[in-house]
Amino acid sequence: MSLYVVQFLAGLANAASLFLAASGLSLIFGVTRIVNFAHGAFYMLGAYMAFTLTRTLDGAVGFWAAILIAAAVVAVMGALLEMVLLRRIYQAPELFQLLATFGVTLMVEDIVLLVWGPEDLVGPRAPGLEGAILVMGRPLPTYDILLIALGPIVLLGLWLLMHRTRWGVLVRAATQDRDMVAALGVNQKWLFTGVFTLGIFLAALGGALQIPRTAVSHHMDLSIIVEVFVITVIGGLGSITGAFLAAILVSLLNAFGILIFPSISLVLIFLCMAVVLVIRPWGFLGKPVVAGHKSAGVTVRPWQPWSREARIGAAIVVAIAALLPFWLGTYGLFVGAEMMIAVIFAVSLQFLMSTGGLDSFGHAAYFGLGAYGAAMAVKWLGAPMEAALLIAPLTGLVGALVFGWFCVRLSGVYFAMLTLAFAQILWSIAFQWVPVTGGDNGILGVWPSGWASSPATYYWLTLAVAVFSVAALRMLVFSPFGYALRGVRDSTLRASAIGFSRQRVQYAAFAVAGAFAGLAGALFAFLKGSIFPDALSIPQSVDGLVMVLLGGIATVSGSVVGAIVYTAASIWLMSQTDLSRLVLGGLIVVLVVAFPKGIVGSISDLVGGPLFRRRGAGPAGREAAVAGSEGA
Amino acid sequence: MTGAGLRVRDLDSFYGPAQILFEVGFDVAPGEVVALLGRNGAGKSTTLRSLMGLMARREGEISFRDTRIETLPTYEIARLGLGYVPEDRRIFTELTVEENLTVGQQRPREGVTTWTPERLYALFPNLAEMRRRPGGQMSGGEQQMLTIARTLMGNPSLILLDEPSEGLAPKIIEQMADAIVTMKREGLSIVISEQNLHFARLICDRAYILEKGRIRFQGSMAELEADEAVRNQYLAV
Repeated sequence: MSLYVVQFLAGLANAASLFLAASGLSLIFGVTRIVNFAHGAFYMLGAYMAFTLTRTLDGAVGFWAAILIAAAVVAVMGALLEMVLLRRIYQAPELFQLLATFGVTLMVEDIVLLVWGPEDLVGPRAPGLEGAILVMGRPLPTYDILLIALGPIVLLGLWLLMHRTRWGVLVRAATQDRDMVAALGVNQKWLFTGVFTLGIFLAALGGALQIPRTAVSHHMDLSIIVEVFVITVIGGLGSITGAFLAAILVSLLNAFGILIFPSISLVLIFLCMAVVLVIRPWGFLGKPVVAGHKSAGVTVRPWQPWSREARIGAAIVVAIAALLPFWLGTYGLFVGAEMMIAVIFAVSLQFLMSTGGLDSFGHAAYFGLGAYGAAMAVKWLGAPMEAALLIAPLTGLVGALVFGWFCVRLSGVYFAMLTLAFAQILWSIAFQWVPVTGGDNGILGVWPSGWASSPATYYWLTLAVAVFSVAALRMLVFSPFGYALRGVRDSTLRASAIGFSRQRVQYAAFAVAGAFAGLAGALFAFLKGSIFPDALSIPQSVDGLVMVLLGGIATVSGSVVGAIVYTAASIWLMSQTDLSRLVLGGLIVVLVVAFPKGIVGSISDLVGGPLFRRRGAGPAGREAAVAGSEGA
Repeated sequence: MTGAGLRVRDLDSFYGPAQILFEVGFDVAPGEVVALLGRNGAGKSTTLRSLMGLMARREGEISFRDTRIETLPTYEIARLGLGYVPEDRRIFTELTVEENLTVGQQRPREGVTTWTPERLYALFPNLAEMRRRPGGQMSGGEQQMLTIARTLMGNPSLILLDEPSEGLAPKIIEQMADAIVTMKREGLSIVISEQNLHFARLICDRAYILEKGRIRFQGSMAELEADEAVRNQYLAV
């Protein structure tokens, strides 16, 4: 009994930092409609900054001053980020906002490594609170009691700020209707900056308060952001009280989950989130998000099946690709196969995003499921490569069917956050369930069958599968199913009026994309001969997003170009610099701000050549159609 | 005619690539109440939204109190003393009546009536009884009063009312007309977009008629009254 009481209290203490970070995220989202992926990075910066400051400032006063100053310094950085970057992308599709703030996260990770080094750092205990008190005979750190009290105090403070000050009233008004607030003479620019700064202050404070409890490490950012996403999804985006309740719920599930299933406590949180989402799709206290942003897919120009010239052009390109093994060496073919795999992955994601209008932030889940499915089939069932390549799309498909059932109930940014959370849960299972997945050591010895084991034949295999996948997905875009999918993307209401259920059509698209991603994952496992949890990680999902974005989200050919260019660039980058995340993060930010249409999009705007020329209207015509549907 | 009033010339406005307004021009003198009449879809709301800088693309010349405002952001236009009451009211439903008024509050403006919550409660007695009620729990008429009161909290010298009588019961419309007459007596200039000619007749000095995004008629209310052909051509449903 006493064990449970102490676990309960420890859970509540954990909730404090989670609540601080989640309330900041919720606050920022409420007003700016941006889901700040960089929130975890600022949480981490708060912890590092507090670590450094507590070493210079002594005593109890010094310690608490250090915590507050650390949070304030990081909040100022947040304000600068808002003014320099976010102001440029408030009108952009939410996918771009997520990506840009993820780019910032990558940059911060490398900067932290440069400044503080790769070692975990152990901060000081809080002066005067080093000890523990006995609760029913078991020790509970005194510092935890302070944290337990802090959560409700911060909640009360935020409530007073939001209800008893004019600034707070303006923030709440802007959360509902920004244009109207402007029409009443309020300068939103500074309101946004203020809210963002406050949100970052809360995140950094949450991080800083962790240093007496846990070591400071450069993995803090991604682990906290996933928990925070889960909390805001459960609590309801934009609701501070919801974040508070959900933080407590998740922390308690964690605390007790460790007692029951030590290795897979995350599964409990997943189940809990699933139950909440089925009963209340917008979380405890959230409200349906009004579609203020268009999804990235809506800006595309009208598509047409390829002309004869374009078909011949594509055939020539494939023929050249097929002849490459006569020139390239082993390494070149290895890179070539990796590019083909990237093409399949990117095209499957592009299908989901552009045709389906669903911006997935966790597409690696299905890539990884395919890879692990194939690897396990080889390892546990002794299956040959051919069978494993058939099993992989099925595992991707099944995973997509299970997770997609929840995901397609939501849309927009909720959808993105949920896909990310599912991918991350799979990642932790792969990481923690050592007997089955091998954990960090992965699964080794996944080699192709004899006929495909030479670099050239394996390259041809990947090329053939890539051509098949691209062709199949393109045909799907112009099939009746593709039209239904584009219909529900562009106008859910009208599509449902002619008999299409948004959820059902998008569910099918989600499954298709999952199956193709699974196929890519299997080819990847056989190419490398092994598979590690990385294949399921957030960076893998983001790689896919960057490929699609780099090439131009609007076209299938864009994803092909993007996948090839990005794979080449990242291999080259790895060989050139240790700071690849800094460069990649910077690239993502520049891409989103300066070239949102990507390579193919920009070229087709410039050239308007035969491959790109479209009958009738260009982008303007598309906008007219969208405007017309809004006006009607 | 400039000075404290509003002057609009050659105003074109677009929704995406579709042009909604064509060379719209009109004037509002200080203290004047002007009606913007026309059928549904004629461009009345778009005209008011254009004045407030709420359309993504607008071209032309808009002067307000001797300042060119066509390139200013919305909040700066509001801070010059141009008040805007949107057609769909857009009450902050989560906020109480008092808080809604707080959002609208601006500094007192020289030469213009300064409104306080107490003065507004006197003007709209219904609101006084529900100061703590969330905006989402009010009737349509009460919301319409609140949205006007909220805009008045900014102490505007000119107020744009977009279809203030739309969807309201006749009794509420009368109260609304009384309130607008009081505002006029306080020296406010007012632009009212209306489909309801009867309501406009009660309070307006002059009228402009819009059709398909162009001004088709301008004149005093009395002139419009006398011109049955114009009324039939542009207003009759």
